[in-house]
Order: sequence, then C-alpha cells, then structure tokens
Amino acid sequence: MNIKNLSISFIILMVTWLLLNGNLEIITIISGIIISVLLAYIFCKKCDVFSNIKFTPKAFFYFIIYFFIFIVELIKSNFDVARRVLTPSLPIKPGIVEVKTKLKSKIGRIILANSITLTPGTLTIEMKEDRLYIHWIDVRNDDINEATKQIVQKFEKYLEVIYG
Amino acid sequence: MENTLEITGAIITLIGSIFLFLGSLGLVRMPDIYNRIQTGTKASTLGTILTLLGIALMNTDWFGKILLLMIFILITNPVSSHVLARAAHYIKSPLTKISVTDKLVDN
Repeated sequence: MNIKNLSISFIILMVTWLLLNGNLEIITIISGIIISVLLAYIFCKKCDVFSNIKFTPKAFFYFIIYFFIFIVELIKSNFDVARRVLTPSLPIKPGIVEVKTKLKSKIGRIILANSITLTPGTLTIEMKEDRLYIHWIDVRNDDINEATKQIVQKFEKYLEVIYG
Repeated sequence: MENTLEITGAIITLIGSIFLFLGSLGLVRMPDIYNRIQTGTKASTLGTILTLLGIALMNTDWFGKILLLMIFILITNPVSSHVLARAAHYIKSPLTKISVTDKLVDN
C-alpha cells in the first residue's frame, strides 16, 4: 500500500473530474470522490511513478520557476522553427548527439525528455539508462559534455530539486 | 467588456493558426523525417494551445475543459513525436545528407 501514490492519483483524477464538469454542486463532488477513490485504488495499488516527487516549499518554488522557463523555451522554439522554415536557404545542420543526465527517478527523466523535445531545435529519440540520444537541428558541438551543458542542464538543475 | 474578450480571443486564435501554418510549411520544406517531426511537434504544440486559449477567451464557460485539453496536448505531443522518431530510427530511415553526426548508430 502506497499512500503517496494513491493520494496523488486521487488528486489528479478529482481535479480532472471537476474541470470536466465545470461546476461545484454537491452531487458532482460526491460522485467524483467515489469514482476517483475507486479508480486510484484499482489502477495505482502497486504503481511507483510518483514516489520521487518531493513536497517541500523549495520543490514547489522550483516547480513554478521551471514552468515559466519551460513556457519561455516553448515560445522561443516556435520562433526558431518559424525563422528556419521561412529562410530561403534552410539553415539547418542536423545530427544525433548523445547527452547524459544525472536524474535518477523515472518521472524526472520522462519530464526531462519531453521538455527537451519541446525546446529549440532538439528532439529526444532514444533513452538508454542515463544516456539520451537527441536529434539536434543545429549541431554546435557533438562532444558529450558540451552537448549536455547546452541542452540538458538548464532543465536539470530544477528537475533535480523537484524529483531527484 | 464582452467585445474586448472576443476580439482578444480571435487575435490569439489567429496567432495560433499562423504557427500551425508555419509548422505545416516546415513539413514540406524539411529534408528528412527527423527534421519534419521537429518542426511539426513544436509548431503544433504552441499553435494548438494558442488556438484553444483564444476559444477559451471567447467562450469563458468552456475554460475548464479547454484547460484540460491544453494539459493533455502538452503531455502527449512530445511523447508521440518521440515514439515516431524512435520508430523511424529503428527501421533505419536515413538522415539527410548534410547531417553531421549520428551517435546512436555508432553505439
């Protein structure tokens, strides 16, 4: 029995249910609680995805910063794509580089890989243990340490605090 | 007030559709599958989110459901493009000629 995993999946299900219904009537809340508890119990009895999330004020603060950095990177990456697509000479220099991550937890790595995909010019292709293989539209440096510094570290230092 | 929201929403939807258009232009112009996935993912993520945000401003009742849709797209879009790229590499879909390096093949 894992109370932390169960309660996180309960909260996710409950918030989804309330957003989907768009009202706070008593009947909605009661049926939501019953269904969420049941589903969380059936599907998350043995799951350990959320085990590494830390609930400290520092983690919360870093999550907010991380979210804003992520949004800025997403917008930057769109302007980057727009610039490359609209330039007649098509300025790309693609290649697949290898980087490594310090993150240990599953969910931390998932979020790191997804963030890399949504940031300027990078796309996660494969992950083997602590190595990520990334398609980079404009390879500036194919050395593993330099590439890690340029692609991974801006997210890693925040995710490390939140997920470990 | 209602009118302002509606106009703001329409403008944001328009910006979103411009990004979607640039993404589809990228699909045509890019030389190989990996670069196409790159432009496709990034432009469609922000484009769809902005379009949905514009709709949410025009119809404020729908805000909760649209917020759910945005989160869903933000989580699933990178995953699906990662799986597509991985499958493409697995069946040895070639990189374009101007590619400089492929560390995944070397290992």
